[in-house]
Amino acid sequence: METRNKMNRRLIDHQLFWPLFALTVLLVFDFFYIKGFFHLEIIEGHLYGSLIDIVNRATPLMFLAIGMTLVIASGGIDISVGSVLAISGAISALMIGGDLVFVDGVQHYVARYPILVAIFVALVVSVICGIWNGLLIAKLGVNAMVGTLILLVAGRGIAQLIVDGNVITVYYEPFFYIGSGFFLGLPFSIYLVAAFLGLIMWLIKKTAFGLFLESIGSNRVSSRFTGLDVQKIMWACYAISGLCAGIAGIIVASEVKSADANNAGVFIELDAILSVVLGGNSMAGGRFSVIGSVIGALVVQTLTTTIYAIGVPPEITMVVKALVVIVIYLIQSQMGKKTVKRTVKTSAGETALKTQEAKA
Amino acid sequence: MRTENVLVRMEGICKEFPGVKALDNVDFELRHGEIHAVCGENGAGKSTLIKVLTGVEQNERGSIYLEGNPISPQTPMEAPALGISTVYQEVNLCPNLSVAENIFIGREPIKHGKIDWDEINRRSETALARLNVKLDVTGRLDEYSVAIQQMVAIARALDISAKVLILDEPTSSLNKIEVANLFRIMRKLKSEGMGIIFITHFLEQVYEVTDQITILRNGKLVGQFETAKLDRLQLIAKMIGKDLAEFEKTIKESVHDAGVAANEGVFYKAEQLGQQGSINPFDIEISKGEVMGLAGLLGSGRTESARVIFGIDEPDSGEIHVDKNKVTIKTPVDAIRLGLAFCSENRKTEGIVANLTIRENIILALQGKRGMGAFLTRKEQEEIADKYVKLLNIVTPSIEQLVGNLSGGNQQKVLLARWLATNPELLILDEPTRGIDIGAKAEVQKLVLQLASEGRAVLLISSELDEMVRCCGRMAVYKDKQKIGELNGTEITELNVMKTIAGGQN
Amino acid sequence: MKNLQINSKFIPLLITIALFVVLFAAGSVSYRGFFSMQVVLNLLVDNSFLIIVALSQAMIIILGGIDLSCGALIALSSMVAAYSMSHLNLPPALAILAVLIVCSLFGFVQGWLITYRKFQPFIATLCGMFIARGLCFMINQDTVPITDPFFVSMATMRIKLMPGATISSSVIIALVMLALYIYIAHYTKFGRAIYAVGGNEQSARLMGLPVDRTKVLAYTLSGFTSGIAGIVFCFYMLSAYGLNAMALEMDAIAAAVIGGTLMTGGVGFVIGSVFGVMIEGIMQTLITFQGDLNSWWTRIAVAFLLCVFIVVQRVLVLRREAKKRIRPVEFIE
Repeated sequence: METRNKMNRRLIDHQLFWPLFALTVLLVFDFFYIKGFFHLEIIEGHLYGSLIDIVNRATPLMFLAIGMTLVIASGGIDISVGSVLAISGAISALMIGGDLVFVDGVQHYVARYPILVAIFVALVVSVICGIWNGLLIAKLGVNAMVGTLILLVAGRGIAQLIVDGNVITVYYEPFFYIGSGFFLGLPFSIYLVAAFLGLIMWLIKKTAFGLFLESIGSNRVSSRFTGLDVQKIMWACYAISGLCAGIAGIIVASEVKSADANNAGVFIELDAILSVVLGGNSMAGGRFSVIGSVIGALVVQTLTTTIYAIGVPPEITMVVKALVVIVIYLIQSQMGKKTVKRTVKTSAGETALKTQEAKA
Repeated sequence: MRTENVLVRMEGICKEFPGVKALDNVDFELRHGEIHAVCGENGAGKSTLIKVLTGVEQNERGSIYLEGNPISPQTPMEAPALGISTVYQEVNLCPNLSVAENIFIGREPIKHGKIDWDEINRRSETALARLNVKLDVTGRLDEYSVAIQQMVAIARALDISAKVLILDEPTSSLNKIEVANLFRIMRKLKSEGMGIIFITHFLEQVYEVTDQITILRNGKLVGQFETAKLDRLQLIAKMIGKDLAEFEKTIKESVHDAGVAANEGVFYKAEQLGQQGSINPFDIEISKGEVMGLAGLLGSGRTESARVIFGIDEPDSGEIHVDKNKVTIKTPVDAIRLGLAFCSENRKTEGIVANLTIRENIILALQGKRGMGAFLTRKEQEEIADKYVKLLNIVTPSIEQLVGNLSGGNQQKVLLARWLATNPELLILDEPTRGIDIGAKAEVQKLVLQLASEGRAVLLISSELDEMVRCCGRMAVYKDKQKIGELNGTEITELNVMKTIAGGQN
Repeated sequence: MKNLQINSKFIPLLITIALFVVLFAAGSVSYRGFFSMQVVLNLLVDNSFLIIVALSQAMIIILGGIDLSCGALIALSSMVAAYSMSHLNLPPALAILAVLIVCSLFGFVQGWLITYRKFQPFIATLCGMFIARGLCFMINQDTVPITDPFFVSMATMRIKLMPGATISSSVIIALVMLALYIYIAHYTKFGRAIYAVGGNEQSARLMGLPVDRTKVLAYTLSGFTSGIAGIVFCFYMLSAYGLNAMALEMDAIAAAVIGGTLMTGGVGFVIGSVFGVMIEGIMQTLITFQGDLNSWWTRIAVAFLLCVFIVVQRVLVLRREAKKRIRPVEFIE
């Protein structure tokens, strides 16, 4: 007991094993079956290739996965992220737009509002959406699925309202940088994810937030008895989820250079949930790994790209994703049955009985 | 040996759970037209006995006879078909359905391919009338009081034609009038020839309504007695395993060790603190440097008092003073800020967080007190965890072990460690030595005394009387959800506690 | 003398009906041509398939679960029907049978995963939704028209109730399904078991109810019902397309909740869903009549209503837990 030896855990028990394993399997498959998948080339100082493409496209999903991880860890769920994404994209696109002006005879596109202001407003609105969800779920105790359902339904309407039913095209070039630009050879959005991930990891590991969240997700009653502010922490999770959806919305709008309130982010919440599950996190809450979810998002994106690259119609992707989830769940439920059996020794056996009796 | 008119006979019942003998060669006999109490403290085996009879558990050895015929129910569904019905403390009905429907669900009469609601309503009214109750049977079940819900459960049991009715702690949530009604029904059913098994820890009720008492202790049968011929003191003594003569002989030995002078100032004072339905208003004063005990049998209201003191349950009456200042305590956070700590008796559901490690569990309350920002470094956490693992002798290969994997006793120690780490002014301990081996028990008791000598206040609840006597400087005695008396200093002996419980007024 | 106090369990339903009446009155007062029987009947005509899945959704929510696959199954139904008639040359009767079998199978598998493999209903039916939509596209990526004479005749059939009031065949089917569901919910052991399980699953088990069988059967029935709704959808659209009925499940859930079904389970009337759909429809109609507001205001309005109902439900539940209103009881000697 004096020696603080690390538990001899097999590699296979580590939470990140499964998402990394899945990713590796996919990449190996791609290596053999898809010509030129791993081909990278540098054009005009920028790195191009399927791999880069995957990571770039995955960034909005990664943001959503980060927020969704926290919400699921608290024991809830957030199905409104797609709608919040649409709202955020709509706001930023609308506020930036791009009016054609002539300066010294040269065409320029000018933003309606400064780009930073537009982004700020979009993010604030997204956080407000998250706070709204938190109000229903953390404070009022409404069921998480139903509570976020409201924003799911309303959000699209709100986004449509903002863009007045139009698809808003953005012409302002600096805006494209967010989603399509490169920095130091790599897509800019990767740096955004890395920075945000760093921030979240600081919150989780350097403050008590991570510990409290895991405690609340594992046993809400015990956490309350221990004096943790359960409501505050749950509320924060939903606010962060809103923020993540907001950032994702801006990236998407920047990538496609427009805001389509009807189609932006449709079904993406399901991809986000899938990423979290693939990342080894339990839907029941408790212990979580944000990095696992981020890798999970990569897996989902790789899966999508692989299926597309093989030439399979994209609709099959949905079927494959669903089957993957079912298989994972079946495995999880089988493994769950084994770990529950705890060998209880003699004196502990008495305890087992006494606690049983006490409950009777 | 009475052999005529036997309804249920259980012979030599043995039931083991991993590592513990829940029932060791237990006999039980219930006759027609008899109300039979089953009494015993924690771990006595009374629940297991009933579970074996009703098919929830299966016995390894022994036999069960119903009206002379051997039976062996394998699932809980079989028992009602045999005529054995159970009404549990948490009434196992569906609160969203109507009274009538609860009585008939699963066996609704069908007429012309449709459920015949008129007949259901009619027959429900008849079934309830048999219990002398009249109400609107189409009303939702949860619109009626718990007492009435119990009667609905009984009505259902009767309608499925029960020969044996088992009532498991039926009176815990009932007031006096409701209890009187229930007893009236029980007597009526008894007069109709039914055999009723009445599991309760309310001693007065045992004497009021039962004919026979079976006492179990630690899985063994202590004996079956005629209620009228067993006096209260004997009953209590047998339940907790003491021989009355033993007491009067060893009275000198039960002088408590808590030689610490109390009254370094009153830390916590409550006047008329109570919560309707769970604990009647009580007064209590706990001083620094003293161990105050809440004594009483299971279900007497000690835990409920502790919960109200700590803010888990919001009190609806009373005034609280901490360190001479008037305060309100409505949530655990309030209590912890004022320097209180509470070690719950339900460590699995209300105490430990099974998925977290020992280290995390130990520092959790302390971290909660510090807030989110002042996060203890990993090194600090390990130091604190190691300190308490050593102090409380927690058996584990590493502090990174998940608490859920520990044995019950070690889990209890982790829980204790958690609260000790917050350096509390008042530490409330509810059954802190339950499920801990003898050696560790002694350690914990020593620790309790040490905490008091350091100037802290300790509120101790324990079902082990000798432990209470050894540790407490003052004691409040509880019975039937009410504080009925106080013992101070040298008054605290096992005999006196039992006498107070036995003789206390309701 | 019987007291006139309304049995409290009907209050949520009455509130829903009252809301509908209020909306209809508001519309009639504000717009010309609103106050007509046809306006009300059109709500039924345009939404019969939604009404049908809202019925099964209500049952599943009462059971304590949720079914996210109904929209996808409707799309799949239309595709299976269209495909089997045009490519496999099946007669319409067999095509309909094929649809019902496929959808029931979906429901059964989902129910099995939920009951025996402890899948969360949300996840299981979500996967079902994904797979159903995927299958839809796998059969055909484009729109497939339905030209079978039977289907066409059902689509164009109009039944005249009285001058100026006609309904389609779909409405009849929807009303038949409503009658069926009311029968199941209130007059069969199966239906009552659903309520019991939704109220307290453990108690239901201890009372000897066949809980597992009930759950699997309920989801199978839900799948079957989606199939019926899919057929009705064919009568409405006369074509099949993979993107049909997107997000319909959310409308169904909203309709059930607005109709008084509690998300916590065990409480609700299936007929409430019908009114829930009609309320959604009438809000859409109001907005159409208004002319200025765009149709997506309907989404916001529905969400708002949903929010109000959910919050009120929650507050009522909290109040009920805080203050037990005890009903009086007589004791007879």
